[in-house]
Amino acid sequence: MKSVFLKEIRGFFSSLIAYIVIIVFLIITGLLTWVFKNNTFELGYSNLDILFFWAPAVFIFLISAITMRSFSDEKKAGTLEILITKPLTDFQIVFGKYFAGLVLVALVLLPTLIYFYTIYQLGDPVGNIDTGATWGSYIGLLWLGSIYVSIGLFSSSLTDNSIVAFMLSFFFCLVMYIAFDLIGEVSWFSGIDYYVQWIGINAHYQSIRRGVLDTRDLIYFISTTLMFLWFTKAKLESRK
Amino acid sequence: MTVKVINLKKVFGEQVAVNSINFEIGQGEIVGFLGPNGAGKSTTMKMLTGFLPPTSGESWVAGYNVEQNPLEVKRNIGYLPEHNPLYLDVYVKEYLLFCAGIFKLNKKEERVKDIIEKVGLTAEYKKKIGQLSKGYRQRVGLAQALLHDPKVLVLDEPTSGLDPNQIVEIRNVIKEFGKDKTVILSTHIMQEVLALCDKVIIINKGVIVANDKVQNLQDSGKTKTIIIVQLNKEIELKLLQEVPGVLRAKRIGTNKYEVECRTDLREQLFFAIAPTGAAIINMQLEQQSLEDIFKALTNPNLIK
Repeated sequence: MKSVFLKEIRGFFSSLIAYIVIIVFLIITGLLTWVFKNNTFELGYSNLDILFFWAPAVFIFLISAITMRSFSDEKKAGTLEILITKPLTDFQIVFGKYFAGLVLVALVLLPTLIYFYTIYQLGDPVGNIDTGATWGSYIGLLWLGSIYVSIGLFSSSLTDNSIVAFMLSFFFCLVMYIAFDLIGEVSWFSGIDYYVQWIGINAHYQSIRRGVLDTRDLIYFISTTLMFLWFTKAKLESRK
Repeated sequence: MTVKVINLKKVFGEQVAVNSINFEIGQGEIVGFLGPNGAGKSTTMKMLTGFLPPTSGESWVAGYNVEQNPLEVKRNIGYLPEHNPLYLDVYVKEYLLFCAGIFKLNKKEERVKDIIEKVGLTAEYKKKIGQLSKGYRQRVGLAQALLHDPKVLVLDEPTSGLDPNQIVEIRNVIKEFGKDKTVILSTHIMQEVLALCDKVIIINKGVIVANDKVQNLQDSGKTKTIIIVQLNKEIELKLLQEVPGVLRAKRIGTNKYEVECRTDLREQLFFAIAPTGAAIINMQLEQQSLEDIFKALTNPNLIK
């Protein structure tokens, strides 16, 4: 697993993907948080709500992009045959790629700690920011990223065309993130709307953002990630 | 037996790619897997290496069952797939270190350096794989397969698409490593089998049509011998036809005759021609080649 993980990480950095993803994320969130209309200064609250509001949407796009090649390219180039005929279990291949994706997500989030520090210093008095909620939000974003990565890997395992993989991943992430919230609002589900929304990521993301680590949310994040990784492994195994 | 295959079968949808084949390969043998395109060579190799699960049947590699103990099989096998897939945007050394890492080899750096030397990549190992010519890429593919010193080497068309010099070089590398290892290589080039292999398995439409030592197979094809005789002047055909043992004789060019017989009759022909005063300029024994045997065995009209 370690070899696959390191190979993927090297791939991200040698192909500039990692740098581009980090820079694009910083530019988008930076502009939204500090420059564009309704920025943090205008709103005047000492929190990072703008970042945490937009990040899940930006992640859909970026994480789909970083995972789209993971299996589709290997299938197309035939290198998957090399990988599978090496003494690696299918889970080791899948987890190696998953952890590489997750580490990249963490590296994308890392520079935004500067935002956190800035708000911390700008608060009146200094340090007037809900630290618990902020850390909770970061953890929520990481878990959300973890589900996106597993969805991206699964989408990539479905096809040998990375563009198709990207679009599938984009769609599945969008559905998992927000669709269940919208479906829950449809009048048919009026009695069970809470449970429908509970399937989606957003309900748990919002819950963890309050700064409370609820085990139910953790179980949701872990099991959803594992579910998509298991699907990926099943797809890999079903080679004709 | 390092490789043992029992009733191995693979069906893709309606198409039977490999139809219940059986064979055994002993330690240290180099076996040529011969067959026309689409005969089931690659499919068999993919099943041996654990990439494709068989529809039915079993196979053992280095004493391990491929389906029950895939990791041990994969640890003991070096595999070069068809078309030699590689990560093109990775450096040669980086790729080999990655492979060494998977096998958890001790002294990775040393081993990689060693293999780079052995397959003749010393001048190229600092490049990205995508920058290499086809011959060098093939060496990278071989290096990857040989890196962990496997007991069994499975090479799917290792020389296809290479120029004649590269083919010879790659063959030498295979021969060198094949000395103490079991090698299965697929090809549709007959000379390759003659140059490299001890044994040959000919497969056609998913069925093994021949499995024998290369020499035996060549001998078995010798049902008739053809002798080409070149003289300096005309002689009567009857003269040749009357030599005992000659089946047929015909003129095939100016003063050139083709004599078909059961055994090598060159001596008898000489003494038959000598009294006429015609000088024999050339007398040549045409052996039935492996190619003819291959054609005969894989000809659809002859099977069924």
